[in-house]
Formats: sequence, structure tokens, C-alpha cells
Amino acid sequence: MPKDHGIGAAQKRREDVRFLTGAGQYTDDINVYGQTYCAFLRSDVAHGRIVSIDTSDAEAMPGVVRIFTGKDFEGVGGLPCGWQVTDKHGEPMKEPGHPVLAQGKVRHVGDPFAAVVAETLEEARNAAEAIVYDIEELPAVVDMKAALAPGATKVHDDLPDNLCYDWQFGSDQADVDKAFAEAAHVTTLELVNNRLVANPMEPRVALGEYSRANDESTLYTTSQNPHVIRLLMGAFVLGIPEHKLRVVAPDVGGGFGTKIFHYAEEAFVTFASRQINRPVKWTSTRSEAFMSDAHGRDHVTKIELALDADNNFTGLRTDTLANMGAYLSTFSSSIPTWLHGTLMAGNYKTPAVQVNVKAVFTNTVPVDAYRGAGRPEATFQLERLVDKAARELGVDPITLRRQNFITEFPYTTPVAVQYDTGNYIATMDKLEEMIDRAGFAARRAESAKNGKLRGLGVNCYIEACGIAPSNLVGQLGARAGLYDAATVRVNATGTISVMVGAHSHGQGHETAFPQVVAEMLGIDESMIDIVHGDSSKIPFGMGTYGSRSLAVCGSAMVRATEKIINKAKKIASHLLEASEADIELKDGQFTVAGTDKSVAWGDVTLAAYVPHNYPLEEIEPGLEETAFYDPSNFTYPSGAYACEVELDPETGKVEILNFAAADDFGNVVNPMIVEGQVHGGIAQGIGQAMLESCVYDENGQLLSASYMDYAMPRAEDVPFFKVDHSCVTPCTHNPLGVKGCGEAGAIGSPPAVVNAVLDALNSGGFDVAHIDMPVSPHRVWKAMHG
Amino acid sequence: MTKVTMTVNGKAVSKEVSGNTLMTEFLRDELRLTGTHVGCDTSQCGACVIHVDGKNVKACTMFAAEAHGAEVTTIEGMANADGSLSVLQQAFQDHHGLQCGFCTPGMVMTAAKLLEENPKPSEHEIRDYLEGNICRCTGYHNIVKAILAASGQDVSGIAAE
Repeated sequence: MPKDHGIGAAQKRREDVRFLTGAGQYTDDINVYGQTYCAFLRSDVAHGRIVSIDTSDAEAMPGVVRIFTGKDFEGVGGLPCGWQVTDKHGEPMKEPGHPVLAQGKVRHVGDPFAAVVAETLEEARNAAEAIVYDIEELPAVVDMKAALAPGATKVHDDLPDNLCYDWQFGSDQADVDKAFAEAAHVTTLELVNNRLVANPMEPRVALGEYSRANDESTLYTTSQNPHVIRLLMGAFVLGIPEHKLRVVAPDVGGGFGTKIFHYAEEAFVTFASRQINRPVKWTSTRSEAFMSDAHGRDHVTKIELALDADNNFTGLRTDTLANMGAYLSTFSSSIPTWLHGTLMAGNYKTPAVQVNVKAVFTNTVPVDAYRGAGRPEATFQLERLVDKAARELGVDPITLRRQNFITEFPYTTPVAVQYDTGNYIATMDKLEEMIDRAGFAARRAESAKNGKLRGLGVNCYIEACGIAPSNLVGQLGARAGLYDAATVRVNATGTISVMVGAHSHGQGHETAFPQVVAEMLGIDESMIDIVHGDSSKIPFGMGTYGSRSLAVCGSAMVRATEKIINKAKKIASHLLEASEADIELKDGQFTVAGTDKSVAWGDVTLAAYVPHNYPLEEIEPGLEETAFYDPSNFTYPSGAYACEVELDPETGKVEILNFAAADDFGNVVNPMIVEGQVHGGIAQGIGQAMLESCVYDENGQLLSASYMDYAMPRAEDVPFFKVDHSCVTPCTHNPLGVKGCGEAGAIGSPPAVVNAVLDALNSGGFDVAHIDMPVSPHRVWKAMHG
Repeated sequence: MTKVTMTVNGKAVSKEVSGNTLMTEFLRDELRLTGTHVGCDTSQCGACVIHVDGKNVKACTMFAAEAHGAEVTTIEGMANADGSLSVLQQAFQDHHGLQCGFCTPGMVMTAAKLLEENPKPSEHEIRDYLEGNICRCTGYHNIVKAILAASGQDVSGIAAE
């Protein structure tokens, strides 16, 4: 009988009712008295010198309140980068300035250089069009190799070579060289991890409001982490002290990483609202989103694997160029390094691993975390490479993987991380069962009868989630802590509000988090509400990204609830006139062990707030506790994924027939929500593998700037997915034993798709070693026909 | 400015609007019916789907003035009269057919029309009908499942191992 209560129950989501009836409150649904509207004037060239901006005609337009340019932001801070990477020579990365509105130069299509604030949105847009400007177009650098070539155009005049950093990590050079020198076989692969746009369905919105009465600013914004925005904008950009700045992220329509970062528009509306003493609202159009939301991925990599005569992996070496775009977005520098390089060992016991990454500035939109953030890039390289090695050696790709799996835990990799637990054989076993591998030959023969090529692609993945611990990430360059926080406020009647630092923008925290507290206290979930997204209500938590909410914030919630239980037991022992050590809490009743004496949860909570009969000399009244939790390690979800495709050799068109995912997420609180997370991640991974690509032309014009040009996966592009999370090795270092599930689907699925396509091609006699994503019919057909 | 009169979710409304006011703006800004969402500017995403005189319409493609005299239903008008979720809305909750909720109003409006036209659609017919609605969260798996379930079809075997 499946559980219907507490940890492990597939409870229906309580937040759904408001979303299904149109009662959700997203940022654009908020309007405040006296509100003005803002329109940005954005660069239509990739690179240019601002010669002049004449706003006089525009200022005379109807409804215009004020027009701002980069000059208004002289003396105001620029947008900061939150992670200082140190290069292989011990030098800090290059950190060019990133003004809120461009000063001197524009550096990518979409770079804002002026903004109009007006009474209506239409008036703001009309006036923005009336601004007269002269921008001298300069040559643009788009391609990373070209950007690094001698004499290349400089994105930032004070940076000589467009290089942000040259980073190296992993085993000693001598060990890596030896592995390759002694190898019986070396497999090499060059590949591109295509640039993507996260595209949460809700475009970004920012509404700044200033209260002269108490000198306080409020920013309503589409953020995954309101406290991070308050910290960055308050401390680094606008110089507003925390107690005078409130950041509210209400219902947020998807994030996928792109709503982590602090953006110019947030700083602008906050700044402008203080200047004009009226609220200022900006709502992104989708076209603006394509040229101002941070993009994802965009790596070019050469990767090499050394194997001995028995097909054991002995060495791995990578060389990656990572596109930073024109400016450093909030966490951009950490993605190709600490979230990518440290995962390059994958699921394998390769003894020598070396990762090299050059981060490059180009005249493109900044690139930062997108679902998986560095880990999809690592997984794609490695799992494509292993498949290629298997083909070159003529061995079964699953057998080759199994032979090289890490099987003993904890395991410290040559790239610094320690996997606490896992069972890669179990997830691969499960996967083989899910995909009916034994029946594949018959299915392939069936496809062949119809003139189609059938392929099966398999891969595994390992990721690092629950990003922390703070003292370690601080050593690695993080400029913030990565703990999280929760406050459990028990009311007199026994109902509970849990204020959490994590933010839910689709993950269902409002349902899943109460399941944990309900389980611990033995009370019904309906008595517990989650409060999130408002810096004035919640403790200083770091928000939701990197599949960290339950592992980090959930752990803080557990710790705070434990404090509640400890205090409640003290109160109960007083009420029951028994020793505290004898008090047991079960099903919402405090009982004296071995007796029938008990008091209910509500009796204890009432006593806490009406302390007429209460041990006031020993404990304070009230029942409210806060805990901050800083994990001792990352968590390491892992799994094995498979994709089965049918390819039409006449057209190069690929259809996905089956997709299966066997994940180990550790313990699971709400399996329904976990499966939904995996479904969504897989669709995004299939999108990357088959459809999506953010494309610039050689002049830096963004060619894929709308849903007419950027192929989002639609219902017909994906099948039903088979997902399983029954292989469980609980995380050993957090109280819930959870690992995180938000990104796995997007990390694990792209190599499975591409491996399947190549398997199909090779089965038809087409000797194709690799096709870059997206694996479009055009690319497949070209690969088949040279 | 033009005076427009229409019935929205069963209530008569009358407002002065300018000729270029989009139906999305009219619903969201004038009537404060913010359940109709705007997710793109090229009529691709479907977050703004409403019913106008019994037809599915992307509200971003229509001027408010064009709806003069029309019978309009938005997501706010889809629950049962007693406020409980309709069979379709309930199926979305039961089968986890939504995550962030932003595309959901458009999905529900589109799906409701599908089931009116085709009470027992196949998986393929559902996926085909949702061509104009983009969801970034669910991978469509549970949306398709919810619509199958709302049409009374057995979904217990979907993606079973």
C-alpha cells in the first residue's frame, strides 16, 4: 500500500488549485499605485561605440517621465560576478565592468543603452523609438577560436586577448602524460555543446518601488533566489543596506537557472524608482528575453581517453573553450570550472584526469547556468567519448561502461570531489530491464522491414548537487555562502508556517516540504504552510538552483523542526509532570513512555503561547525555531539513461520511440513530483539534442530570437517517458538522505539521444563517428552523404 | 477610444478601449483577469488561449474591439459553479500536469476545446492538438496523461515498465 502521508507519499500538489483557476500571482500580475512603465533601448549591433545619444525629442513625447542613459549610472556599481576563478598561473580571472546601461560601447545585440520611464507602456515604447542615437558599428567577435586569435577585435578595450581565464585542474601532468604514453588505445573526439536559451515560459519582470516615508525600496522580480538578489544589488550595485531593501519573488513561471542571476533591469527599476519617487515596472517581451536572459552551454571541446590493453580507462584529458559572452553573468565563471571540471571523472575509476578550460569573451549575450550547468557539458563529452571508444574497440558500450564503473564508496576522484555513495551497476541493471534490451534486435529487424534504421543509445551520468559547503566553495572563489535556512513558526493552535530560503518556481515545495515536517511531528500536512520568496518574511537563505532545495534547505527545515520537537518535549514533560527523557512524540501525541499519560500536540503549542502552566524559569514562551544548514559535501545523484530511435535514411529524420531513465536520487519525499522533474529535464535534454540551438551569424546578429526561429520541444516531439527511481543509495551526510532530482533529466538525456542516432546510422553501414547537436535531419543527412 | 461590450465568464462587461488594445491587455489590465498569460510575442506559446464564441483563440492575436458582442471564457471561468475544479482541471492536478503553472491556463483552455470536439482523443491526437501550446516544465508527459484521463480513458498503463 503506497503511503498517503508524510515522506514518500505521492501527494497531489496544493499549489495546483490556484494555477488551474487563474489565481496564481506572478510578478507581472502585480501592479502598484502610481506605477510607471519602462522600455529599454537595446543595441541592434553586436559591437559598437556609442558616439551620441540625443533624448531631447523623446523627452517631449507624451507621457514621458524621465529618460536614462549610461551617464546616469556613472558612480553606480556594475553588475557583479559572484565567483572569482583563479587561472592555472595563480592569477585572478579578468573581470571587465558591466554597467547597468552601456557606457562608451555596446557589446552584444540586446545590450541596453537607454531606458524610458513613462506613464504607460505604449508611451515608453514610443519614446524609446524616438531617441536619436549614433552608434559606430565595430567588427564583432562571435567564434571563440577567432576571439583568441592574435589581433582579434577586443570585446573589452582593456583586455588584450578576450581571455577571461585559462584554467587547469586534476591529476599531475606527469601522470596524465604517462597514461597516454602507455595507452594501448586512445580515443579522441571533438565536439560542440550547443548554445541554448533556457526559455522559462514566464518572461522576466521587475517592478521597483520606493517608499520615501521609510527610505525603503522593494523589488518584485522573477527570481529563484530573492536574498541573493538583495545581497548583490544592495551591496554591489546600488549601495542600499539590506534592512532598507526588500526583494519579493512571488509565483515564478519556471527558472531553469536563468532566473538565478542579478540582471540590469532589476537594478534599473530599483534605481529609477528612487530617482523619480514612483514605482517603475518592466515586463520582458519574449524577443527581449532571447537577447537579455543569460544563455546556457556553448562549449567547444576536444576530449581524449586512454585505455590499456584490457579496455580499462587509464587517462582522460579535455580541452574546452567556454563562451562567457560579452560580460560575466552572476555565476558564469564557475560553470565551466567547478561545476564541469570536477565532474569529468563521471562514473568511472579513471586514475588520471586533467581538465583544461579557457573562458572566452565574445560579442554575444552572457552565458551562465542553465539546467544542469556544466554537468550536462561534462556528461555529454564523456559519454559520447566512451561510446566512440566502444565502437573503435568493437566492444559492447554497456560492457565497457560496466567494466570501468566505480564500485566502492566513498570514492575520491582525481578531480577533487568525493562521491559519498552510489550504485552504478544497479541503475544500469534497472535500465536494461526497462528498455527490454533483449528484444531490441527484433525491433531493429522490424524497422528494417519498413526501410528504417533503429538505434539504441545508452549512457550514464553523475552530477553534483546541493551546492555547498561554504568553506570549500569559498576557497574555490565563491563570493557568497551556500547554506540555506528555515524558520519553523508554530502557532498557538498548532498550525505551522515554515519560512524557507528555497524558492519554488514549479518544484512543488509548498506540497513536498510540509510532508517532511508532518512526518517528523506526526500531524497532518494541512496544518503546515510554506512561506517563500519574500526577503522580509523568510530567513537569509540562498535560494533554489543546482537541485539543492531539499538537500540543503530541506535539511535546515529538519534541523529547525528538531529544535521545535526538543522544546515541545520540555513543555510536554512539564504538563505531564514527567521526566523530559521519558517523553515520546508519536502521531501528534506526547506520551510518557510506558504509560497512557499523554498530551496532544495542540495542548503543548497552546501552552507555549498561553504559558499559565509553564516552566517559565527554564524555557521561554513561544515555539519558533530557525536553523541554518551548511552541508559537508555535495550530493551525487547518478543514473543510466537510454534512448531508442528510428531514423529514416531517405530524409535523415529521427523519431524517438522510447526513452528510459533509471535514477538514484537517494531518498524521495514525493515520487510524483520527482518523476515530473525528470520528465521535464528529459524533454529539455531531447530539445538540446534534436531541436534547440541559439545561433548567431558572423556579425553577431542573433538569428534565433523568437519561437519562430528557436525550436522549442512541443508535445509531438517527445514520447511518454519511462522513469524509475527505485535504486536508492541514500546520501550519507544530510538528515533526509536526499540527493536532488531537478537537473538529472537534462544532464542524462542528450548523450543517449546522440548515441542512439549514431547507433542507427552505423547499423545501416554509415560509418559516422559523431554529429553535433541538434541532430537535425539536415545534419544527419549530411553525415550520411559526406 | 471605442466602447466594447462582451460577456466574460458569464458576466456582461463594458469598457472604453483604444483600437489597438489587445485582448490580452484588456483581460489582464482592464478586467484584472490575470490568469491569461503572455509568454511570447509571436503567437507561438499558447499561454493566452481563451474561448471566444466557442472557439479557441490566442488572445494576443485579437484586439479587444474584435470581441465586441462576443461570449468569452477565460481560465477564471473554467471551474464548476461551486468553485470546485472541473473534471479536466482535476485531472491536471491528479496527474501532475503542471509545474510552474504559467502555461497551464492555455493548456487547460486548449484541452477543454479538444475534448469538446473529440471526446476520446488518442495520444497522437492530443499531442497534435497541443501544437500551439508550449510547456517548458513537464515534458508534456503528464499533460497528455491528464487529458487522456479527463476523457475517461485508462492511463494506468502509460509508460509502465
